[in-house]
Amino acid sequence: MSRIALTVRDLRIELDPSGIEIDSEVSFELHEGEVLGLVGESASGKTTAATALLNFQRRGARIAGGSVNVAGREVFALGKSQLRHLRGGEISYVPQDPGSALNPALRIGTQLREVLEEHGFGSSDAERRDRVDEMMAEVLLPSDKEFLRRYPHQLSGGQQQRVVLGMAFACRPKVIVLDEPTTGLDVTTQAHVLSTLRDLARAHGVAAVYVTHDLAVVAELADRIAVMYAGRIVELGPSHELFRGASHPYTRGLLAAIPVIEGRRALKGIPGYAPRPGRRPVGCAFQPRCSYAVERCETEMPPETTVSQSHLVRCWRAAEVSAVVSVASDANESALVGGDQEALLQVKNLTAWYGSREILHDVDITLRAHECLAVVGESGSGKTTLSRCIAGLHAFKMTGDIEFQGAPLARHARSRPVPIRRSIQYVFQNPYSSLHPRKTIAQILKQPLDIFFDLDRDQREERLAELLELVSLEGSLLRRYPDQLSGGERQRVAIARALAADPTVLVCDEVTSWLDVSVQASIVELLVRLQREIGLCMLFVTHNLALIRSIAFEAAVMSEGRVVEYGPTDDVLANPRAQYTRSLLADTPTIKGALSEG
Amino acid sequence: MSPERKKGPQALHGPGLELSEEVIGPGFENVSAPRAQGDKRRSEWVQLAHDALGYRRTKIGLVLVLFVAVLAILGPLLAPYTPYEFTGLPYAQPGSDAVLGTDHLGRDVLSRVLYGGRSVLLLAFAATAIGSFLGVTFGLVAGYTRDAVDDTVMRLLDVVLAFPQIVLVLLFVSILGPKVWLIVLIVGLTHSPRIARVTRGATLEVRERDFIKAAEALGVSRIRIAIGEILPTITSPLLVEFGLRLTYSIGLIAALSFLGFGLQPPAADWGLMINENRIGLIVQPYAVFVPVALIAVLTIGTNLVTDGMARAMIGIERDTGAA
Amino acid sequence: MPPLLKVILRRTLLGLLTLLLVSGVVFAATQALPSDTARAILGREATPERLAALREQLDLNRPAIVQYGSWLGGVATGDLGDSLVAKQPVTALISGRVKNSAALVLLAALISVPLALLLGSLSGLLRDRGFDTVVSLGSLTLAALPEFVVGILLILLLATQVFHIFPAVTLLDPESSILAQLKMLVLPSLTLVLAVAPYIVRTLRASMIEVLESDYIQMARLKGMSERTVLGRHALPNAIVPAIQVIALNLAWLAGGVVVVEYLFNYPGIGSALMDAVSNRDLPVIQAITLLIAGLYVIFNLVADILTILVSPRLRTGLQ
Repeated sequence: MSRIALTVRDLRIELDPSGIEIDSEVSFELHEGEVLGLVGESASGKTTAATALLNFQRRGARIAGGSVNVAGREVFALGKSQLRHLRGGEISYVPQDPGSALNPALRIGTQLREVLEEHGFGSSDAERRDRVDEMMAEVLLPSDKEFLRRYPHQLSGGQQQRVVLGMAFACRPKVIVLDEPTTGLDVTTQAHVLSTLRDLARAHGVAAVYVTHDLAVVAELADRIAVMYAGRIVELGPSHELFRGASHPYTRGLLAAIPVIEGRRALKGIPGYAPRPGRRPVGCAFQPRCSYAVERCETEMPPETTVSQSHLVRCWRAAEVSAVVSVASDANESALVGGDQEALLQVKNLTAWYGSREILHDVDITLRAHECLAVVGESGSGKTTLSRCIAGLHAFKMTGDIEFQGAPLARHARSRPVPIRRSIQYVFQNPYSSLHPRKTIAQILKQPLDIFFDLDRDQREERLAELLELVSLEGSLLRRYPDQLSGGERQRVAIARALAADPTVLVCDEVTSWLDVSVQASIVELLVRLQREIGLCMLFVTHNLALIRSIAFEAAVMSEGRVVEYGPTDDVLANPRAQYTRSLLADTPTIKGALSEG
Repeated sequence: MSPERKKGPQALHGPGLELSEEVIGPGFENVSAPRAQGDKRRSEWVQLAHDALGYRRTKIGLVLVLFVAVLAILGPLLAPYTPYEFTGLPYAQPGSDAVLGTDHLGRDVLSRVLYGGRSVLLLAFAATAIGSFLGVTFGLVAGYTRDAVDDTVMRLLDVVLAFPQIVLVLLFVSILGPKVWLIVLIVGLTHSPRIARVTRGATLEVRERDFIKAAEALGVSRIRIAIGEILPTITSPLLVEFGLRLTYSIGLIAALSFLGFGLQPPAADWGLMINENRIGLIVQPYAVFVPVALIAVLTIGTNLVTDGMARAMIGIERDTGAA
Repeated sequence: MPPLLKVILRRTLLGLLTLLLVSGVVFAATQALPSDTARAILGREATPERLAALREQLDLNRPAIVQYGSWLGGVATGDLGDSLVAKQPVTALISGRVKNSAALVLLAALISVPLALLLGSLSGLLRDRGFDTVVSLGSLTLAALPEFVVGILLILLLATQVFHIFPAVTLLDPESSILAQLKMLVLPSLTLVLAVAPYIVRTLRASMIEVLESDYIQMARLKGMSERTVLGRHALPNAIVPAIQVIALNLAWLAGGVVVVEYLFNYPGIGSALMDAVSNRDLPVIQAITLLIAGLYVIFNLVADILTILVSPRLRTGLQ
């Protein structure tokens, strides 16, 4: 076996100065050339753990204990200049958002060269120039003078991330820490960055810690996977073993929540949400959301136990959990509404501008009564513009027709007659910005009721209770404010606000993209249920191709402002005709292979 | 919490939410003392005041302001003489019958100090109120309507901005004469572009947030959105701005009196006292020093309170993600 | 035309438009208000003959727009009219005053700007340490004080009650150069420095803190850059950009702030000239000086705008 490149022992990170625990008892080791996927949802403490490997914490947090050993050196024991030498030399870091991690005032050539200069790489400027050329070639970027003279903002997101990747590999480090490096990128760009990373790590024997919220991203990349929850590693093991023999209920829940392109599968979310530091329960932190929980889980923190030699888990009932055979069978199949329904809303030859730029070209789609149409596309495809045009929220020029029940719709929501405005409701992407921060949930939900209906007090109270029940929220939330709710709860409130108008068409714009995977699945479950129970017609806009099979009967794939593929979801996914759909399918990361392999 | 942040024309949310979401979400440093669920103070200005009082500088500032305010308001009740009586020789040194000595005409300095604060406080407050009303109105209109109206309003306000505040007052006073209402009005007017800029900036940011779009989609009228949806979310920056402008108003009003364009003799007014007595600075410094010191204490106090509010505002922004 | 030039030209034209509007305000406030300007100047006891003569001199008999046109034409050709009091051309009257004020403002700017940049960036860098606490509380306090309060406190401290180092009143010898009489300039310029510097300090401190918290500084540290490189190459250049506007604003403010300070110290500059002119209702002088001061603001702002574009790559290259 190859040599150990990184050892982490009992890492503990606290909030500074309160001493509230962020991470605790984080231990793992990594061999040369090995890739570890460090997977966790929000508030899991994965990013703090990652930067701790370089002995770095942002203001407000502090490393409180444990040890990190990189290539034989104790990182926490190093002096200032030794530590500087280690960072960027022996262990390097790739941040989440390359756009803000590159200095806006410096040319990228300067930022690349300074790493080599600072670490004394190469003996002459000519040698360092050669190394820069080499690095750029490795990350598949041009290295001509003109390119190196550019500023970060003159590069695309994918190019920026490649520059940072090149920078990280510049001094041939032993270990590289990647913090959600592809999160802001489109799947196509993500696929390219991932394959570049894999090739580089293999070729140079670099050990990599890949931090991500998305199990699917690391399914094919990582040799081993560590799942973090509430600041602890709850399961750690070789990828194939972890996917097929998941022994922690949380890992199982995550797997059931991840949408898979192949084969229709209803998604199953994990109830509740991950607790923040300072709000974590005693005992097992996952216990309040866990269907396996017993009394002991509430009082005692489970220790690390071995499932097999290299497979660790932190659960009192690991044996019972792993005894349940299939991961995928945890989820139930359910049929989606669809078929020969009448056309309810038709978009005809829609062309729209954003400022002076034309971003939608001649789009035609049809929403049918009681059915869900998914619109899939990457950023810049025009999918959100399309949905906003339908909702009457597009602020710029547009031509073409949108017909609702056979009659043309006014452009602006405000100029639509009340019954029409009431019939078409919109749910926004970001639940952190779509609810008024200074209003209670009751005030937020009352607004549409007061505008569209003439209810007396009792009727209104009754309707509020009904709405909350419809989106599976407790009545006590009415008196709360949005910032006292989790992201998933907020999105449910936003959906309830739309439902308050008693609409026939619900436009959902990327409604799950700000949520954790486990919460995303619950929202999709809810939307499917609403479709079935109240017969809503839905437009589901998403960038995630894997998601549409779980919710939409029909799908339209958009690229650069055009619909490139349109048909029943199953056909679109099984027999894509457009080249674009095919490459999108190929680039979308999936756990299918990992689940069924062997 | 933002695993799939998307770029491109659709992504309209500001950069504020992108920080360190992973560990603790948008309240990185604040989480160290998590707010209990029941502890939420709701109206934004109540919460701002409450949080601001958590800083020592706010408390000190408040004590200073209250000290001067009480002195100015209750002063006339405590004064040993009326401000117009001649109680001794000009520039008499402090003694048993005049604790702070007498002024250039032989009037009691202490009595004039006790009478002379009301005008400064009242006029400064009035000027700030006028400026805030105008500024917030201009800013909301410019920020929410955008395009041509926005351009025109802001360009016109730029013209006002081009004059240093005191110069604009002098310009208008030169022909119309030193009238108190004119000074208050012009000082308020000169504040308005600055307040409008802050209001407009905050409005522009809030306007892009989805809860405004949600109200638009429901068909809520523009004026109700501006007053009912936008204004309550930008009260923190506006209160901070109000504090700042109040500090400057006090300075400006006092400076104008000092230049001889405020209240006219024989009125008792701190700025005027400084002007009248500065020739005798060497002989009888109290007639100048005491009003100067009181103005200093007052402005330092308002500025400390303002700074406390500004700090509290940053905390509130983190908490609610509001602009 | 290169895009950069185009933007500069556009901004310049906008600046000129603002100047035009500014001149309108100056004119309107003095000559077009619905009051009898001539009577306001001469007072109630003025004889009809004198009123008529003044109206003739100031063109007050013609429609306001014609008056404005001929006044503006004069301004454009450097003819600011004659002083009503001194009976000589305004330009000749104020040119010496302008030089004196310029010396004062320049001295104050040369001291306050570098000092404030240094204190502000150090304070941001040493955030929450002793030095920072002293600097931020000091600048907070000074920023609150009106300039005449600062001036009087300085007089009490350095000229009259405590020490007797500097003169409390400026007595310039018009025969010798102002640089030979620096002692006279100390208190007025120190007052201006203390009035202006706190704002720049606070701006730079805030922007330094923001930059130091940024992702690219974290990245530079995680790349193993030396602290010198992190601060000198990555932090400072980015932190100074927002300060440019504030410096320009404050220099422009200095031009107006001199009014009170010159009056306080009896300093023979445009500020005290304006005060005299206002007391005497010397209309042409008032118009000339206010226009000059507001014009300076527009120019400083324009320069700051262009400078900001030039030093920020994103703005500069984003023009293409």
